[in-house]
Amino acid sequence: MDLGLIIYLMSLLTMGGIYAVLALGLNVQWGFTGLFNAGIAGFLAVGAYTQAILTTPIDRDHLGAYDWPIPLAMVVAMVFSAIVAFAIAKICIRLRSDYLAIATIGIAEILRLVFKNELWATNGPRGVSQIPKAFEGVRFADIDWLTGDLSGWAALRYEAVSRGWMDVPLPTPEERFLTAGLFLGMVVAIVLVLYIALEAARKSPWGRTMSAIRDNETAASAAGKDIEAFRLESFVLGAAMMGLGGAILAQYLKQIDPQVADPLTATFLVWVMLIAGGSANNKGAILGAVLMYAVWSGTEILSQKLLTFLSSDTVGLLTLAEAGEWSIRFAYLRVFLIGLILQFILQRRPQGLLPEKRPKPRPKPSPRSAPEAEKTGSTQA
Amino acid sequence: MSAPVLELDGLYAGYGETEILHDIHLRVDEGEIVVIVGPNGAGKSTAMKAVFGLLNITRGAVRLAGTEITGTPPEKVVGKGVAYVPQTANIFATLSVEENLEMGAYVSSENPAPRIEEIYQLFPPLREKRRQPAGSLSGGQRQMVAMGKALMLHPKILLLDEPTAGLSPKYRGEIFHIVRDINAAGSTILMVEQNAKQALGIAHRGYVLVDGQNRHEGTGQGLIADEEVARMFLGAGGHG
Amino acid sequence: MMEFLNFYLFPGILLGCIYALGAIGISLTFGILRFSNFAHGDTMVLGVYITLSFVWLTDLHPLVVMPLAMALTAFAMLGMDRAFFKPFRKSPPIMSVIASFGLMLMIRSAVQFFWGTQIQAMVKGIQPPLQWLQPLMLREKQLYILGGTVILMVAMHLLLTRTKIGKAMRAVSDNPDLAALTGINTERVVQATWILGASLAVAAGVFLALDTQVETNMGFKMLLPMFAAAILGGIGKPYGAVLGGMVIGIVEEVSAYPWIGTTPLLNPGYKAGVAFAIMVLMLIWRPQGLLRGRQF
Repeated sequence: MDLGLIIYLMSLLTMGGIYAVLALGLNVQWGFTGLFNAGIAGFLAVGAYTQAILTTPIDRDHLGAYDWPIPLAMVVAMVFSAIVAFAIAKICIRLRSDYLAIATIGIAEILRLVFKNELWATNGPRGVSQIPKAFEGVRFADIDWLTGDLSGWAALRYEAVSRGWMDVPLPTPEERFLTAGLFLGMVVAIVLVLYIALEAARKSPWGRTMSAIRDNETAASAAGKDIEAFRLESFVLGAAMMGLGGAILAQYLKQIDPQVADPLTATFLVWVMLIAGGSANNKGAILGAVLMYAVWSGTEILSQKLLTFLSSDTVGLLTLAEAGEWSIRFAYLRVFLIGLILQFILQRRPQGLLPEKRPKPRPKPSPRSAPEAEKTGSTQA
Repeated sequence: MSAPVLELDGLYAGYGETEILHDIHLRVDEGEIVVIVGPNGAGKSTAMKAVFGLLNITRGAVRLAGTEITGTPPEKVVGKGVAYVPQTANIFATLSVEENLEMGAYVSSENPAPRIEEIYQLFPPLREKRRQPAGSLSGGQRQMVAMGKALMLHPKILLLDEPTAGLSPKYRGEIFHIVRDINAAGSTILMVEQNAKQALGIAHRGYVLVDGQNRHEGTGQGLIADEEVARMFLGAGGHG
Repeated sequence: MMEFLNFYLFPGILLGCIYALGAIGISLTFGILRFSNFAHGDTMVLGVYITLSFVWLTDLHPLVVMPLAMALTAFAMLGMDRAFFKPFRKSPPIMSVIASFGLMLMIRSAVQFFWGTQIQAMVKGIQPPLQWLQPLMLREKQLYILGGTVILMVAMHLLLTRTKIGKAMRAVSDNPDLAALTGINTERVVQATWILGASLAVAAGVFLALDTQVETNMGFKMLLPMFAAAILGGIGKPYGAVLGGMVIGIVEEVSAYPWIGTTPLLNPGYKAGVAFAIMVLMLIWRPQGLLRGRQF
């Protein structure tokens, strides 16, 4: 197999995996609890900026140089996202879902403004760069292939590079490949852990209560469940996962700017992924994320190839400048396609590729409340 | 004998899968007030909604002046000359009294003004409040608005779903008076009522429904006099 | 004082007019179709670009060709309703909300595809303030915006209170079940709602473009203040939306006035956050809005 293709597939899976983390987070909120979060971008950005600011080894015109270890920063990124989510949920969670949608769009926009305007902390529109990435600078030779550990010297060197004590030597292609592979492994592992945990949660009494609330709020309320507390937990949990997604994304991209909170790629793409894959189905969320990212990225490559072909010397239909202009316009065509796919799925297969699988009913299912035959509330005869 | 204004012929109907009416027979002739009484959950209101196309009819037929209208959607039923006054939320609260009446004539393209004038003659209190939002009126006057709105198009039959529910005894008597006046002015009325005794008192005929089935039928006075009917619920007939 | 009027209050009133016109559509759609239409901002963008094309083609003033653009956009909106919203009329409202998200993406990307993303000017050249109004600084185009808004508001008021379809729109918004029982043709009311909402959105967009510039993301930028205005005024209440729009427009601009000391009270970079803050405060304090709209 062509090495270039392998590297492309690896990047595809890595980004697909990051989106899977986001889609799983949205699935907790929307799929299981019916909470309409239209501000995924905001929670993602909080995670990404937390990761960036806490781990960058040197501060360049922004808050930073905390030089935290990567995993610890990832945990804190989740916590910060969760705190923001808690604040917004405290206000909006009891209102109809449209309100939550507009409020979350709002919070995402405000956060984008903060990241753009607070130069001292975020370097404004220029963003934060040189974000350390897990497994950077690791070499094949450094790994003890028997135990999987880094050898002592290599670990030290790795540490020195990641802390900025040593100049980062330009990685060889081999090293880049190894880093990419290990990073992909980490992303896959995180997705797997989240999947297993969410599946367990879904089948637990907590998860069953969630779907009961989503399907029939009145009945669940009558059963003595504190609906607001449950919904709040679910919203915060989902947002923490989005923060985690942001923390991974920041490492993967190595640099972020306020565009990381772009509602198109960060919010709507995730929605389309979840709905395409199947709301309330964790496998569906992962499948949708990888599949839709493949469509998103694949169409980009296709359009580039097409434009290169059309502007090549042999065909010569487009000048290079025209090809450049069209490549920008094709990007919008891809967005249009994403919107169209969403509409198509909503109308033709609203349950998504993998429909929801209900956990086995509780030992004693609560009777479905039949529609009222006669009006109630007036005195009986 | 000409066809009855409204006829329910062996009707089976319900909400979704739940069947509530089992083999209902009911007839309303021209110029009559017919009252449906029965205990809670007997399917009284359901029968009325079935006429208006608001629920699933599985078997049987609804005929309006001999023409079958089974399953016709509500907006079409209105055009065929049936007017329905639901028990609750039966006025447009934020629209003025006059606008409510105009809406009653929505399906007609004629100028509603002359008919509105007639409605004001029937319900004089409405005239002075015609510019007020209907929601600001008293309970009795709201019922007048609701009935006036329903009468705008000279319906062949007026369906009233518990017009006195939730009203104080004073207003209740007033409403029954109004119903009798409307009838005297030429409207045929089918009415569901909890206040069985008073309702049967003004009715030409009545039906007693129990568990979604016909139990008794007869003249209004006849049903009041019937011992079994009285034992079943007329004793509590004065409650609210 | 003059500085306050010229650089804070008047711009606020102008912005308020634009928000108000935009928010009416959101409020009406919510009242009658019972869902939050997130594609509203981009319907506006579509209308702005149609207007811009007519301006290029005919060289007429944007306000002259605007009615045609309003009609075309309204027509397009009816088509989009058929394709993307009608299938969900009897579904839970959230389906329509998601569909409106998809539609938002589609309209915007279509506009970007056909018209490109360069920032454009609706009218070329810089207008000086009108001489006869000195020391008030108002430009001719700004008077058009104020006058246009007043005309459109009066037209909307007459439509809602004097015409049969307008009264039917209010009736459906008030009590949809009873409206159906009364024989009101709900589909026609829905169509009228789209036409009215889309037309006013186009006007809002063209006014905004006259006052500032034309860009493809102006709809998304407007979305938050328009929703905030609709919520502030009481959702489902067109007059409330007008009130809410004015309040938010004015507060946004006036918040940058150096009330205390010499620096702006609020960093102008956060202007867009004002609408959000007002909305959140409203949700906490009075979710039904100033004019007692429908509560979620």
